[in-house]
Amino acid sequence: MKNKIYQNFDEAVADIADGSVFMSPGFSGVGVPRNLLAAMHRQGAKDLTGISNNCGTLDEKVDVGTLIEAGQVKKMDAAFTSPTHPSQISPFVRMYNEGTIDAETVPQGTLAERIRAAASGIGAFYTPASVGTELAEGKEHREIDGRTYVLEFPLHADYALIRAFRADTFGNLQFRLTQRNFNPIMAMAARVTIVEVEDDIVPVGELDPDKVHVPGVYVNRLVKIPPDGIFD
Amino acid sequence: MTEGKTKLQRQAMCDRLAMEFQDDWIVNLGVGMPTLCSNYVDPSKDLIFHSENGVIGYGPLAPAGEEDKHLVNAGGQNVVALPGMAIVHHADSFALIRGGMVDVTVMGAYEVAENGDFANWRIPNRKGGGIGGAMDLAACAKQVFIAMEHTTRDGKPRMLKRCALPITAPGVVTLVATDLGLFKVIPGGFELREHAPGWTPEEIQEQTEAELIIPADLKEFRFRD
Repeated sequence: MKNKIYQNFDEAVADIADGSVFMSPGFSGVGVPRNLLAAMHRQGAKDLTGISNNCGTLDEKVDVGTLIEAGQVKKMDAAFTSPTHPSQISPFVRMYNEGTIDAETVPQGTLAERIRAAASGIGAFYTPASVGTELAEGKEHREIDGRTYVLEFPLHADYALIRAFRADTFGNLQFRLTQRNFNPIMAMAARVTIVEVEDDIVPVGELDPDKVHVPGVYVNRLVKIPPDGIFD
Repeated sequence: MTEGKTKLQRQAMCDRLAMEFQDDWIVNLGVGMPTLCSNYVDPSKDLIFHSENGVIGYGPLAPAGEEDKHLVNAGGQNVVALPGMAIVHHADSFALIRGGMVDVTVMGAYEVAENGDFANWRIPNRKGGGIGGAMDLAACAKQVFIAMEHTTRDGKPRMLKRCALPITAPGVVTLVATDLGLFKVIPGGFELREHAPGWTPEEIQEQTEAELIIPADLKEFRFRD
């Protein structure tokens, strides 16, 4: 069996080249791969395209906003290209309005389904979300059984940075509660999937196959979060 | 003319919308004011709360010291796991939404129009927007309820003939609670169902751009018992 276990986060992200497309999961601060994002920040790759639910929060924690603030990201695909409250000015919002970063606003369900489509070999799909709004302008529409849909395309990525609760050495993954969010579909969609593991990496065979959320065939690299790592 | 009149509190507005929830409904509450709907508990009804991050059947806010860091609602608040709760990933969570399983979504809004359009994701002179899951929910939930202040901070109406801001979905709003009353969206426009205590229909109309329909059975606003 190929060894997928890396000794530290820096080693696991070392080959991420300038111009790569990366996926970063997490929702409301849960299931965010903060240790891998911190390593990507140290690594310094530039001209990145990010796919994530939001473009960084205002708290002090490491998230996709850390890479944005450092000028490593040229474009974001996200469901939140402004904060939930207009009074909040994040580094992304400032840069977006100054024109130093590009972004596409994607309805959250469309974002998830575009990622799932990339993972599933689906060429495109029709969704009713956004029909009749400015986000559907210029997109192909189609009426099916009396309802109007808009055509959306898959979102592929070079790398997915994943936060899992538990893994085995083959890379089978488990998540806890709402930590799951975008993690499984991003892990399945990217060309290279890198996972930080919160609880433990157990020997292969110890996870109940009926309780595996992402099969290990999708996972390329595993790093156990060390005691001095980021766990929240 | 409207000096000194009492406006409805946010909790009262959300209580009133929650009274319309029916037994066994799957309910999705937007971030902010709509989460107050979960404070209204009617023991005769079983509600199932769904949140975009894939949690189906969560309970109330977790008491201090009993938070599970892995269990949050859409607003990032730690909630309690109820027996029967289930977790799915984000794509399946929105499959549930687009598949028509959500009976009602309650959201905040900047504007609502008499044709059922509403706007809640983008403000003028700012690039981008906070659409989140609102477009998917608004297009696909069986009903869309709105909780919002009746006017802007500088007194401009939010209940309009047509939305001025980019809309979230066309023609989907069915019920609106504001600090002046409860409004049903019917084919002809906004029907004033219930007025805040002390407010006449004429006074509410003055705060509203759209022309209100005043039914013969207009009632005073219903508060929780």
